[in-house]
Amino acid sequence: MKRTLLGILAIVIAIVWVFPVYWMLNSSLLPSVVLEQTTPTLLPIGGSLKNFASVTEDGSFFQALGISLAVAGLAVACCLIFAFLAALAISRFRFKGRRSFVLAVLFIQMLPAEGMFIAQYKLMGSLGLLNSVIGVSIIYIAAVVPFTIWMLRGFVAGVPADLEEAAMVDGLSRTQAFLRITFPLLAPGLVASGVYAFLQAWNEFTVALVILQDTETQTLPLWLRGFIQQSSSRAIDWGEVMAASTLVAVPVIIFFLFVQGRMTSGLVSGAVKG
Amino acid sequence: MSTGAPPRPRRPLRRLLTPYTLLLPAVLIVLLALGYPIVWQFITSMQHFGLAQQFGQPPEWVWFDNYITLFSNPETWLVVGRSVAFCLVTAAVTMAFGIGLALLMQAVSTPIRITLQIALLLAWATPVVAAMTIWNWIFDWRRGFVNWLLTNLGIPSQGHNWLQDPLSFFAVALIIVVWMSVPFAAFAIYAGLTQVSDEVLEAAQLDGASPWQRVRFIIIPIIKPVIGIVMLLQIIWDLRVFAQIKLLQDRGSIASQTDVLGTFIYKLGVGSSDFAMASAMSIFVLLLTIALSWAYVRNLLKEDES
Repeated sequence: MKRTLLGILAIVIAIVWVFPVYWMLNSSLLPSVVLEQTTPTLLPIGGSLKNFASVTEDGSFFQALGISLAVAGLAVACCLIFAFLAALAISRFRFKGRRSFVLAVLFIQMLPAEGMFIAQYKLMGSLGLLNSVIGVSIIYIAAVVPFTIWMLRGFVAGVPADLEEAAMVDGLSRTQAFLRITFPLLAPGLVASGVYAFLQAWNEFTVALVILQDTETQTLPLWLRGFIQQSSSRAIDWGEVMAASTLVAVPVIIFFLFVQGRMTSGLVSGAVKG
Repeated sequence: MSTGAPPRPRRPLRRLLTPYTLLLPAVLIVLLALGYPIVWQFITSMQHFGLAQQFGQPPEWVWFDNYITLFSNPETWLVVGRSVAFCLVTAAVTMAFGIGLALLMQAVSTPIRITLQIALLLAWATPVVAAMTIWNWIFDWRRGFVNWLLTNLGIPSQGHNWLQDPLSFFAVALIIVVWMSVPFAAFAIYAGLTQVSDEVLEAAQLDGASPWQRVRFIIIPIIKPVIGIVMLLQIIWDLRVFAQIKLLQDRGSIASQTDVLGTFIYKLGVGSSDFAMASAMSIFVLLLTIALSWAYVRNLLKEDES
């Protein structure tokens, strides 16, 4: 009896929590005439993909998509390479300053963009990298690389060095042993870290808002914000806005489901920026 | 490392330098994108940065004058107080929901638990900007779902704008931030709960412990470290709610009455190009974050060593 009641409570909470996401999908399929009615339509019956067509019509979506892909791609690639090398250093070598480095890695990832974006804006201004994919990527790489190091460090440490040494006894050089034995075993860690870095760069808003002020170079979050901002004077076409949100959110949701398990344990034992 | 190897003259130096070479790219990019800005901000916060400086005049060194000006302004304290209050209330509500939902996940059958987990995951995965757009629509004053629901429940609120009044503005912000943050808290605490062994709980039940006593004296002490760390993270994150507040302000609320630390810095720096004041405020936010993070980092290092 009590278990049934708790079950009902859990279902109610699940419905409340999923409602906003459902509401986005529902509204994205409905024409504005229907959304303008006083009583909301709870199911997208008679809905169509028209909103999606009109949102993607003027090409600004694809432009923003291109910028977002470039920024995220650059951030993921550099982040993985840099973090991988650093993770190797701290889990395979003992050296002076190692402990301070680990401490710094943990601290740096807690630094908020909200406390630094003014200086980053001035820095990019003086480097001539305002409104540039490279400028914003540099900041993303620096922001994500500490967590990626921490995450990969666990993976590298999980591959016993004995394996490499055994291969070296068999006549491989240290580098060869590493590339043939250890590297393949790290693939899952690299994928997880890569997806994490991708999501961070893809979703980032604060730094992008400050550095990418030109509409030609906006990322998807900025493009989405533009909908509400431009239209605050006139009535918003919520159907189109929700279609835009869906386009931004759905790829992220799918990617996120892949790394979720690792994120939770990573967050508790390794810290991540929200 | 390898100890029995005969001494080779060239190898040791190379091996000594290898780790530093490997660290170099990561260190360089962090120094450029985070290190330099912090130093610049620190220096700028002690300089006078006015209109003349924007046209290239060398800035004047004023030591702590900016901090004094900033913190003798009552508006600064309003912003700080607002941010801290919002952060603490949001973190507390998030933790209450997180613990509650984690316990609930354990109490219900597997299919129901998975349903709840999927719902939470979807909320967690939604990008901040998309989530804010959805919530702006749900709270829209003309055709928003919330106003319709409340009106049908007998609270006439058709046409009520929740974002106009600062108090209800922050209530909306609280609902949104809690909605976004609870999934992580619930999952993390649930992961901690699964560490509590069934045998211990059964033994306690046989000894006559009530469900509440089992929660209070067995479950809570075991998951206390997880709760501590999740709460600390929530406080750190909720102190820096920039995107959420900024995107709610976009819908036409009075920004001066709803500014928090992040939006205040944005207004000072990007809005009025007062880089000295913006830097002083940023340094304050950084110090606040570092003070909070310190406990967290110490905890992690301890765990890492054991």
